[in-house]
Amino acid sequence: MKEILRASIAILLIVALLFYGVSLLEKGSATTSGGTTITVFNWGEYIDPELIARFEEETNTKVIYETFDSNEAMMTKIEQGGTSYDVAMPSEYAIEKMKESELLLPIDHEKIPNLKNIDPYFLDLPFDPGNKYSIPYFWGTVGIAYNPALLEGQSFESWNDLWDPSLKEEVIIVDSAREAIGMGLNSLNYSLNSTDLSELRQATDKLKTLGPNVKAVIGDEIVEMMRREEAAIALTWSGQAADMMFVNENIDYSVPKEGSNLWFDNMVIPKTAGNAEGAHEFINFMLEAEVAAQNTSYVGYSTPNQAATELMDAEVIEDERFYPPEELRERLEVYKNLGPEMLGVYNELFLEFKMDMKN
Amino acid sequence: MKTKAPRFYYMIPYYLWIVLFVVAPIALVVYYSFFNITGDFTFSNYQNFFSSVYFRMTLSSFWYAFLVTLITIAIAYPTAYWLTKTKNKQLWLLLIIIPSWINLLLKAYAFIGIFGLYGPVNKVISTFGSRQQILFTDFSFIFVAVYIFIPFMILPIFNSLDKLNPALFDASRDLGASSWVTFRRVIFPLTLNGVKSGIQAVFIPALSLFVITRLISGNKVITLGTAIEQQFLVTQNWGMGSTIAVFLILFMIIVMMLTGQKDRGGAISGKTK
Repeated sequence: MKEILRASIAILLIVALLFYGVSLLEKGSATTSGGTTITVFNWGEYIDPELIARFEEETNTKVIYETFDSNEAMMTKIEQGGTSYDVAMPSEYAIEKMKESELLLPIDHEKIPNLKNIDPYFLDLPFDPGNKYSIPYFWGTVGIAYNPALLEGQSFESWNDLWDPSLKEEVIIVDSAREAIGMGLNSLNYSLNSTDLSELRQATDKLKTLGPNVKAVIGDEIVEMMRREEAAIALTWSGQAADMMFVNENIDYSVPKEGSNLWFDNMVIPKTAGNAEGAHEFINFMLEAEVAAQNTSYVGYSTPNQAATELMDAEVIEDERFYPPEELRERLEVYKNLGPEMLGVYNELFLEFKMDMKN
Repeated sequence: MKTKAPRFYYMIPYYLWIVLFVVAPIALVVYYSFFNITGDFTFSNYQNFFSSVYFRMTLSSFWYAFLVTLITIAIAYPTAYWLTKTKNKQLWLLLIIIPSWINLLLKAYAFIGIFGLYGPVNKVISTFGSRQQILFTDFSFIFVAVYIFIPFMILPIFNSLDKLNPALFDASRDLGASSWVTFRRVIFPLTLNGVKSGIQAVFIPALSLFVITRLISGNKVITLGTAIEQQFLVTQNWGMGSTIAVFLILFMIIVMMLTGQKDRGGAISGKTK
């Protein structure tokens, strides 16, 4: 008994000492750099790390970089307020929600002169009129990634092409309610933001008839499965499709003609910010034409930065799969924040689809 | 009377633990189950549970948990029996336990590779015929679940078999019983408690598996665990998630009662995931 007690005390002491050491080190590094610190909260693999180093050098600001894997997880962490995140990159519906819950600080446009680089099409959107709280970072679509090498000449101009009986057990669907139910809605020419229960019912029933063609409903594993040619077709985001193509050149991407989802990830300053000045500086830096161009070629998503596109390969910018021209964009729809009840309905219908797809 | 005081002090950590980590969480789950997504008091979550989706989900969870448990018993019993007969019991036992120390996710990802279209299993198959889709099928789900749970079935059965007095076999044979009758009338009844502990350690967690339902069966197998995860993490409807959890707790209690036993000698503390 005495030995156990002694051992526990020894362990506790060591832990306490280590904690003290860590706190000393942290303080030391913050002061020796002579500058300030900002904490950036971003999706994984969503920035060129070289640019962070460059920003640190140019502004003498230390960047603490953390990542999240879903808008919900990000919002929860910001709401709890344990860490003073200075910049975050939520998607449009999350920005709407964060605005409602007053989690964001307004952005001073005078401190972001590079805002002029952004294509006006991506400014003043319904989820944030006047860009009071958010600045565009990347954008993209939802569509069908497919590998013609594994198929027999099928193409995907319409969502209904997925229902082709020759595609038995070939289609992977992303494990996300709004994308999956949205595909059902789109294939029936309904709005992606439908709150009409009978439309949603029809969409779910239609989706269930896709059952025999569904190979799996999974998350980020899709990218690896498509790269290794384990699967031929996937309902996915344009950025994930770009990730797949980066490794496997056979893969192609198409946004069906009935329409699809258009999404935006924007930079915001959460109310937890300890260094709003530095946050503005960082946002402005990311909007510099040359920086945005470098970041875009690293990340592979579509940039809203017009000045950057002029510096990039014409081949990339003219690729209509990732930079659909405006008349194509007309058919695309941005998600609205439908409120928690409607999100619940979507998720329950999605569960029902998962239950029934095998029969 | 004075002698009782110290004993009470020794029990404090135990009671604290029970209250903080057993009673309080269950009470919270039950409490949350009476609120809807906007935070109003309601019984609608319970009504919703009896709607067709969740009801069928419960049935399918039970069906798959039942299959998994049945197959684990079929494999674990002979294995445990054979183990008691080997020379290096402890070494063999350790070899069976070691895989259960490896993280579940890691094992799941390994199986994605093993069962993949270009994985080792299909390489063998392709020498006989065309490649088969193994991943994302009922087979792969049950195979991986059985693989994960097997140590938790072998251990209690092994413990109860190991405790049997060998003289019992001799006595049975002396009295003219064949080896099948010896097994059926002597060995099996005496090790039933081990089997019951094993069922508890396998059936109950199998009801709420959700990691491998997604990674290995591509959400083609849905358990109540999947629904709870979605309610909490995606919909953020804690009320409905808690309601499903309440039913899961009820089912667990029923299973515990059905497999309950007075002599818990064969029980092991199973990992619950």
